[in-house]
Amino acid sequence: MSDHERAAAARMRSGAERIADLFSVAREEGRAVFLPFLTAGLPNPASSTRLFAAMAEAGADGFEVGIPYSDPLMDGPVICRGSEQAISEGATLDRSLSILGEVAETTGLPSLAMTYANPVFRRGADRFCDRLAEAGAAGLIVADLPFDEAGPLGDAARRHGLGLVLFLALTSGYNRIRAVAEAEPSFIYAVANLGVTGERSEWSSRVERLVEGIREVTDIPVVLGVGISTPEQAAIAAGLADGFIVGTALVRRVLESSDEEDAARSLAGLVGEMAFAARR
Amino acid sequence: MRARLHRPDPRGRFGEYGGRFAPETLMTALEELEVEFASAWADPLFVGEYHRLLELYVGRPTPLYPAHRLSERLGVEVWLKREDLAHTGAHKINNALGQGLLAHRMGKPRIIAETGAGQHGVATATAAAVLGLECQVYMGEVDIRRQAPNVSRMQILGADVIGVASGAGTLKDAVSEAMRDWARTVEETQYVIGSVVGPHPFPWMVRELQKVIGDEVLRQSEQLPDVAVACVGGGSNAIGMFWPLAGTGVELVGVEAGGEGIGTGRHGASIGAGSPGILHGARTYMLQDDDGQVLEAHSISAGLDYPGVGPEHSYFQEVGLARYVSVTDREALDGVRLLALTEGIIPALESAHAVAWVAREASSLRHKTVLINLSGRGDKDMEMLVERL
Repeated sequence: MSDHERAAAARMRSGAERIADLFSVAREEGRAVFLPFLTAGLPNPASSTRLFAAMAEAGADGFEVGIPYSDPLMDGPVICRGSEQAISEGATLDRSLSILGEVAETTGLPSLAMTYANPVFRRGADRFCDRLAEAGAAGLIVADLPFDEAGPLGDAARRHGLGLVLFLALTSGYNRIRAVAEAEPSFIYAVANLGVTGERSEWSSRVERLVEGIREVTDIPVVLGVGISTPEQAAIAAGLADGFIVGTALVRRVLESSDEEDAARSLAGLVGEMAFAARR
Repeated sequence: MRARLHRPDPRGRFGEYGGRFAPETLMTALEELEVEFASAWADPLFVGEYHRLLELYVGRPTPLYPAHRLSERLGVEVWLKREDLAHTGAHKINNALGQGLLAHRMGKPRIIAETGAGQHGVATATAAAVLGLECQVYMGEVDIRRQAPNVSRMQILGADVIGVASGAGTLKDAVSEAMRDWARTVEETQYVIGSVVGPHPFPWMVRELQKVIGDEVLRQSEQLPDVAVACVGGGSNAIGMFWPLAGTGVELVGVEAGGEGIGTGRHGASIGAGSPGILHGARTYMLQDDDGQVLEAHSISAGLDYPGVGPEHSYFQEVGLARYVSVTDREALDGVRLLALTEGIIPALESAHAVAWVAREASSLRHKTVLINLSGRGDKDMEMLVERL
């Protein structure tokens, strides 16, 4: 199959299926899936897609595209600042979803929306999912939506062929692990640290126990996120789980860049090292 | 009209409102908190200790005072529930002590809180001091400036006040920052939330701890008032008075912050001018734009400067158990002066909203008895009052 044919075939598959493919291919190759996070609209809506393209070239497997939100409860100061900047640069909900669509189209990689519950329910779960599917998104992650409240959105996502991701945390007990597994998310976002997103120097030994606890219950892919900011930490995460997410370290690089060119270069550098680490 | 709910449903809902929209890291703590509070609240030892503190330490019951001169001026028979006379100067202490006792019972050595006007921060710092707990209070930078005396009070009480610069630097941002702290420290920390907001079980628990206000009114009145009025930011003093009175035939009126006028967009009237959404873990009425971005609220009173409202108020509004109105900053300031000159009581700017509504509606309230929840005193607002009155 040519690249073009492969891309055409991929488009025939639903978002949820493309996420599943990502993990099955990585499992066959004996490596972890690396999903960089970046806020849509950084450094501004016009040049955002280009930064994702640079990360794709540097070895990203897929993306979490952050939909900037005014009150991001799960995010630390860096991603909060990124959200504020994106909003002030004009990243409305529609513009952000368009950027997500451009990212999916340009890179051909499975791209998931990372958002909060209010923008989703404000628009309506079904309409939101419809718009995501139309844009070419593979799925969505809602930071303040535990499985207990995820039922209606899960149904809407399924109707539109999108994968819904659910969370588990270091504080989640057996009952919650069971319940999340039964809801059959596309993957489980295992929150690797207490607290909000941000860089950490320490890696909690409890992460290992959480991943083991999940594995005893289900073989749904487990992706680690929150606090992974260095290639060393990425390598540990890749050894433990099916994938990992890096956000704050990337957003920081964009915020600290002098211009778009510099940001793209800086992101590609870190993503390249992280992708190498994902090869275990 | 549907009835008040003794407890929200198992998912923490009051009808369509409430729930638990929180990051996963907090979910186990929220589940535990619900179980622990339910067990404590059914334990005569815990409840006895709570009421002992309310009586001997807070000075409850607070008086139900017939405001003769104000009544004469307005042509309306007005009674004041004097929460301003509770220790620390507002109703907030009822809740802070209850949650402090619970933290103590759960073996959590540290409590955190958010505060707007500073009254809940002072109450929490006080509870921490008397119960021997470590305490940190998140407060918006703007509020730190406009409620300076309360910042000093918290510090003298041994609490650490942490300024929050994000967003508008007001109550909403302080709540968000306290929740972020809690996600990080959940295993040794109890988040003592200050109002009937947040994810389940907070709205239910805080209402239970505040309904002592309305319970006392039932005991203290020979005859129930026709109308009961309270200011509503998050709505803890209002629900504390409304809940025991709901369904007795008393008309319940919640007064939201009209700010510079609803038409200007600079206000805090979440029910009056907002729409249902998800804020700080609960589905409730809130101020938001078409994209679901949270809008900044505005009120001269820091305690009402919040773009959401407790989910049980959304329920009360929907089923007709209470109605919600608003008064402007200017009217509230006039309410302060009115109460000061007629009764010798300087109310908190928050509570002055309830006074101002009664003054404005006096002609339609004629020959009725009206109970105002005077939720706090105005010492903290002196700087603003000197400037604006």
